[in-house]
Amino acid sequence: MTTSSEHISELINRDYSAGWSTNIEQDQLLPGLSEEVIRFISAKKNEPSWLLDFRLKAYRLWQKMPTPKWAKVHYPEIDYQSIIYYSAPKSSKDGPKSLDEVDPELLKTYEKLGIPLHERAALAGIAVDAVFDSVSVATTFKAKLATMGVIFCSFSEAVQEHPELIQKYLGSVVPAADNFYAALNSAVFTDGSFVYIPKGVRCPMELSTYFRINAAKTGQFERTLVVADEGSHVSYLEGCTAPMRDENQLHAAVVELIALDNAQIKYSTVQNWYPGDKDGKGGIYNFVTKRGKCATNAKISWTQVETGSAITWKYPSCILQGDNSVGEFYSVALTNHRQQADTGTKMIHIGKNTTSTIVSKGISAGHGQNTYRGQVKILKGAENARNFTRCDSMLIGSSAGAHTVPYVEVRNHSATLEHEATTSRIGEDQLFYCLQRGLSEEDAVSMIVNGFCKEVLKELPMEFAVEAQKLLGVSLEGAIG
Amino acid sequence: MQNPMLKIEELSASVDGKSILKGINLEIQAGEVHAVMGPNGSGKSTLASVLAGKPGYTVTGGKVTYQGKNLLELAPEIRAREGIFLGFQYPVELPGVSNLYFLKAAVNAVRKHQGLEEYDAVDFLELAKQKMELVELSTALTQRPVNVGFSGGEKKRNEIFQMALLNPKLAILDETDSGLDIDALRIVAQGVNAQRGPSVSMLLITHYQRLLEYIQPDYVHVLVGGQIVKSGDHTLALDLEEHGYAEFLSAPTQVGAA
Repeated sequence: MTTSSEHISELINRDYSAGWSTNIEQDQLLPGLSEEVIRFISAKKNEPSWLLDFRLKAYRLWQKMPTPKWAKVHYPEIDYQSIIYYSAPKSSKDGPKSLDEVDPELLKTYEKLGIPLHERAALAGIAVDAVFDSVSVATTFKAKLATMGVIFCSFSEAVQEHPELIQKYLGSVVPAADNFYAALNSAVFTDGSFVYIPKGVRCPMELSTYFRINAAKTGQFERTLVVADEGSHVSYLEGCTAPMRDENQLHAAVVELIALDNAQIKYSTVQNWYPGDKDGKGGIYNFVTKRGKCATNAKISWTQVETGSAITWKYPSCILQGDNSVGEFYSVALTNHRQQADTGTKMIHIGKNTTSTIVSKGISAGHGQNTYRGQVKILKGAENARNFTRCDSMLIGSSAGAHTVPYVEVRNHSATLEHEATTSRIGEDQLFYCLQRGLSEEDAVSMIVNGFCKEVLKELPMEFAVEAQKLLGVSLEGAIG
Repeated sequence: MQNPMLKIEELSASVDGKSILKGINLEIQAGEVHAVMGPNGSGKSTLASVLAGKPGYTVTGGKVTYQGKNLLELAPEIRAREGIFLGFQYPVELPGVSNLYFLKAAVNAVRKHQGLEEYDAVDFLELAKQKMELVELSTALTQRPVNVGFSGGEKKRNEIFQMALLNPKLAILDETDSGLDIDALRIVAQGVNAQRGPSVSMLLITHYQRLLEYIQPDYVHVLVGGQIVKSGDHTLALDLEEHGYAEFLSAPTQVGAA
């Protein structure tokens, strides 16, 4: 009878279904980073001078900053001069005015990914902004949303159309000096999405951005800014894929969320960047800074399902500034083969009666390394702050690693903190139990893993939950025996 | 003559290099209920595990034919889909996996394999409700994650509930009576008896005669030291209840005294 470990090595054979690339004429820079390049990007986008200054200041800061080394991830030094900082499909040089002007090759790309950009074919109730390499290529349902005063457009467009909002909020949650990758992003970001929900408006549909890295040797540096004005509600989703390429590609995004008084933002991510092959060749380096700021009675909820990328370095966080504000973080991070993930959250309690909830589920298979790193900080004025943290790790096979690194800092003794953590192994017993009932090994693993992640998956909007479940299954294909 | 449901010939098996089964012979016809009894460590559970294909057991000799097929060649899930059900001595917990969802997937995997139409959610629920009543399992319990937070008795009832839904041709019940109080035992037995029929065979593995008061077997076999040392009808179980296994333990070399 085959033993479990033999099965594991025999069956690890993952199929990355989004790994094809699109042949499309690209308008791109040569590799390398300098003030010139930044000026080029800024000019290309016809940016106001304050924005160029913002970029240049960030660039100068970045040059003096060391690469962060504290995360439990290992990779060769990145040569920032070998990366292409601007790459755009040629046909959209002046920006498509409507979907009809979008290059049909691009539309095909998104259709192949299951993201139809034609509004009539689009998923009901979801508006999509599609970002291809360095630029946004299409935003659906824009007009319909505009009737309610909701702004949902590419970042570049927002800079032109709503400069006052961008100037007010850009860098207000994640300043350029925040960290190495945030500084890099602030210097060279090319596009992304912008959302503004006016006072008291409940956004009638899910807003979603779909990121696709296509061109080789390109870095993707997108910037997302979501502003929910007083009493408004919005649910935002992002999804990501990239072609399979042998070299590593860098993705360094910054996402800033601003929830004003009584506003609520729900931000969900299904990250499926190319993870590299089974020996760890290629794959995306995903170094992302995501943070939200809550005013009085506001709520920000992060949900992430991280299955892709060679390296994930990501800590969606909440600054709970206003009294009674609420921060939530629900995460599933899966690492298979040679993938490494160091992810978690920071909950910074400043206001009174602030509450935060952290639920993290880490799954490691193959030689995957998975670290939960989280910080709960209760500042002096945060009377009656509460935090609940639950970190569960699941190991599949005997070569995978799971690590939990929680930091807690309490400066107000009225705070209540709870922390639970477990580490388990997919039991041979669990697996055999499923097989004995007639389930295939794949279905059994997928079912056990999905069960393990249930608390997080139920936080996702319906369509995404289904996609995430499938993704977990595919990502683990044959990871166990 | 028709193939027997299960034919075990000179079956030997080891765990971690330690020989546990030492030449088992057993034949079960369709519709028959056999009980295998024996003291702790005699190899009863190993027999059940080997028949179901649990990893970690090495078959060192002999053969097993199930409905004319070489059973030992089949993967565990194929054995299940071909109609072999193992009622676990210690049912396993699956956190976050709803009992009904799990069972629907299992039942449909079996049906698909057998060329039957898969159940949709409505039909399955209808069927599940009938079977729930059989083992007095509440709806709430069937919607909870598989075996998580179930009492010992609930877990065993859940096993029988699963068996009733999966409709096996050969049910192997491994110490299904262990840890049950009298009421739970009665309910479990009622569920098992309801499954009996001319095309269903059963192999009951038990330490005590108690279960057999509720489920009367056609044959009783005594397993000691990895061999069947005595076979008889249900009265053999009563004998064992009275005299224990001492007789066999003192003379472990006395083989095949059927």
